[in-house]
Amino acid sequence: MSKIPATQARPLSPHLTIYKPPITMTTSILHRITGGALYFGTLLVAWWLIAAATTESHFNFVNWIFGSWIGRLVLFGYTWALMLHMLGGIRHLIWDTGAGLEKHTASKIAWATVVGSVVLTLAIWIVGYMVRGA
Amino acid sequence: MTDMRTPLKKVRGLGSAHEGTDHFWRQRLTAIANVPLTLFFVGLLVSLNGADYAQVRAVLANPFVALILIAMLLSALYHMRLGMQVIIEDYVHGEGGKLVLLMLNTFFTIAVGVASVFALLKLAFGG
Repeated sequence: MSKIPATQARPLSPHLTIYKPPITMTTSILHRITGGALYFGTLLVAWWLIAAATTESHFNFVNWIFGSWIGRLVLFGYTWALMLHMLGGIRHLIWDTGAGLEKHTASKIAWATVVGSVVLTLAIWIVGYMVRGA
Repeated sequence: MTDMRTPLKKVRGLGSAHEGTDHFWRQRLTAIANVPLTLFFVGLLVSLNGADYAQVRAVLANPFVALILIAMLLSALYHMRLGMQVIIEDYVHGEGGKLVLLMLNTFFTIAVGVASVFALLKLAFGG
């Protein structure tokens, strides 16, 4: 019986180190992360509503925070998280009907939610700046 | 041994969590409600960009706006509570820690909801 040398490379099953994550996996993870971000982001919504219901100085302070560059960055990210989670959710509703589950179709829809979320976020902010400028 | 139970008998227990598809159904119901409601909120924020204190208060005091925003808050908060419950159940395996976090999840949701709805009612009723 001939012994196979231990140095010879043995075939390996695919696992995480050589696994290229498919887009559906990435959007699945992003769906959960954006959901978590939106969860804690409701504090910003509550803060804004409470500020509007209290004093003018409090409201102006919140407006100043939200209007600062870091505030705008957070709100821009929050808009994108909301759009991606919304489109991802609609994708799940489509899947619930049993449609769109074929591998290549699912990948295309996943890319569509990513591209769609960026387009919608930019559109919202462009219109927002137009409103401010008007 | 072959399972002798009828399909009716099986469904009566509503599964291991004894709640059947309730979580799934409510999650989907609020998801569908959230789409138009949050889009209205986003549109409202865009239209209020640059508005001052008095303008924002006048818009939020409008009954139509206040009712839609309250509906949005209830639907979105219920939805996110269900979602966070799943995240906790997925990652927290200790029974004690899980129970504490599930409680905090409900407390957080209700705290945000009560504060936001109160703010809107205060504005609507001339606060």
